[in-house]
Amino acid sequence: MSATLPLPATGYADANGRLCAERVRADFPILGREVHGRPLVYLDSAASSQQPRAVLDAVERYVTTTHANVHRGVHVLSQDATAAFEGARETVRRFINARSTREIIFTHGTTEAINLVAQAWGGAQLRSGDEVLITHLEHHANIVPWQMACARAGATLVAAPLTPNGELDVEAFAALLVPRTRLVALAHVSNALGTVLPVADLIALAHARGVPVLLDGAQAIAHQRVDVQQLDCDFYAFSGHKIYAPTGIGVLYGRESLLAAMPPWQGGGDMILSVAIERSTFNELPWKFEAGTPNISGAIGLGAALDYVDTLGRERVAAHEQMLLQIATARLREVPGLTLIGTARDKAGVISFTLAGIHPHDVGTILDREGIAIRTGHHCAMPVMTYYGLPATVRASFGCYSTAADIEALLAGLQRVREVFA
Amino acid sequence: MEIRDLYRDVILDHNRSPRNFGRLDPADAEAVGHNPLCGDSLSVTVRFEGDRLSELRFNGQGCAISVASASLMSEAVSGRPLGEVEALYREVHALLTEPAHVPGIPLGKLMALAGVREFPARVKCASLCWHTLHAALTRPAHPSAAPAVSTE
Ligand SMILES: Cc1ncc(COP(=O)(O)O)c(C=O)c1O
Repeated sequence: MSATLPLPATGYADANGRLCAERVRADFPILGREVHGRPLVYLDSAASSQQPRAVLDAVERYVTTTHANVHRGVHVLSQDATAAFEGARETVRRFINARSTREIIFTHGTTEAINLVAQAWGGAQLRSGDEVLITHLEHHANIVPWQMACARAGATLVAAPLTPNGELDVEAFAALLVPRTRLVALAHVSNALGTVLPVADLIALAHARGVPVLLDGAQAIAHQRVDVQQLDCDFYAFSGHKIYAPTGIGVLYGRESLLAAMPPWQGGGDMILSVAIERSTFNELPWKFEAGTPNISGAIGLGAALDYVDTLGRERVAAHEQMLLQIATARLREVPGLTLIGTARDKAGVISFTLAGIHPHDVGTILDREGIAIRTGHHCAMPVMTYYGLPATVRASFGCYSTAADIEALLAGLQRVREVFA
Repeated sequence: MEIRDLYRDVILDHNRSPRNFGRLDPADAEAVGHNPLCGDSLSVTVRFEGDRLSELRFNGQGCAISVASASLMSEAVSGRPLGEVEALYREVHALLTEPAHVPGIPLGKLMALAGVREFPARVKCASLCWHTLHAALTRPAHPSAAPAVSTE
């Protein structure tokens, strides 16, 4: 059973092959709503993206026709549910070009995926005196699990510094790769600054020293083609809800040889082959790391979301978001008192900024009254904020349904902010 | 609810020119408050004369609502008996959280905060300074062990 509905594969590109965002918007029911009597302008996709009809329909169809527990029953529903769930795993495999579905572990999100590696891999591999190398622009989800794993092992967490425009200082990173370094864990794209890290180079540097690399792909997966074989990363983590799927589902990709050598992390049903009171034998990959009943409908929604993105065309979506980034960067630079935070040469569709004399929280409240949803705060990346000496920034971020009109609405909203604080 | 019900002139004025900004050194009591949602923190230092709060200064970074609220608080409590400060603390809390609360004691300029309760995401911004003051008053200062409070 296929987990996705057929889509009219037409109308998503204009005559020049560019993404037709108006057509895309029609697929997202929530974009039709109003907020405080204004049309919703959703510029917070980096926090969580919205879900298209294709995803909602796939989930509803599964729930209304197929749902049962997976990997258990002889009855039709259970077999079909298992086929749909494992079909979604194959969709994920294809989407990120993993070698095998044994390398695709469903989690409830990026955070759980990183914790899985920190506990299972870290628990087995980290020793007193070892180092784990991260960067100063990580999300807390790629900091705290390593702090905990290092504390348990007596290892040290080391963070490579940034340059003033929000890029990773690659020379400093290379210098911090030392014989004690046991693992590198990096954001593929920074959620606070939008910086795209030169991950291919960084992975090559780490591999030259025999150090495996985990990529936190939460902010990358929806916005550029991710091919784990081409990247040659050892682990890749991402969340469904940042790529138009429901919340509560995510993925850990792991190189099979590494996953096979890792002990399980949670025990329970599904992750075992047999259990006696004295001992159990663990299931094969990937189920060894999926204890308990999984988020079946979430996985099916994720499969549908990935198919949807491929229907739009990943390169097309990426080009669209780059165009919006350029427009927004140019337009925001015209706003008096506005400072862009994070001006890396290679950026994704994320723009952080501050307004002189106006706290981001106030900006957020006033924009909200205009129907504009943006994020304010430290973006769960407090070390980045500390680096810039800021408590918070305002962040606008784009998805496949974002338009130049959204940016103009943001500009008008910022004008309103400046009037209130005039 | 219009945005100007939140950002009233009094609020904007106290944000622009906060009263009693800074630190009292030495102080008779102090506390630090954090609003993890926006990463803001605020310190409050106070001096007593008998059972009166004679002076208060606050310090820190924050949004317009939190700065104005702290500035208004500093004016409202300075020179008051501690019992009245405690009563104000309870009244302001009710003003910020209870729909259509009618204050039991005159709140004066603090009434400028009445619009905040229509903006639930901002209530903590306005109440942080009051919780911090409350913490300072319920435990006297030891410079190394100032109580820390959080709105979360
Ligand atoms: C870079 C990055 N890493 C990790 C996460 C955590 O993702 P989740 O909360 O879905 O587990 C996020 C979410 O904001 C993120 O942006």
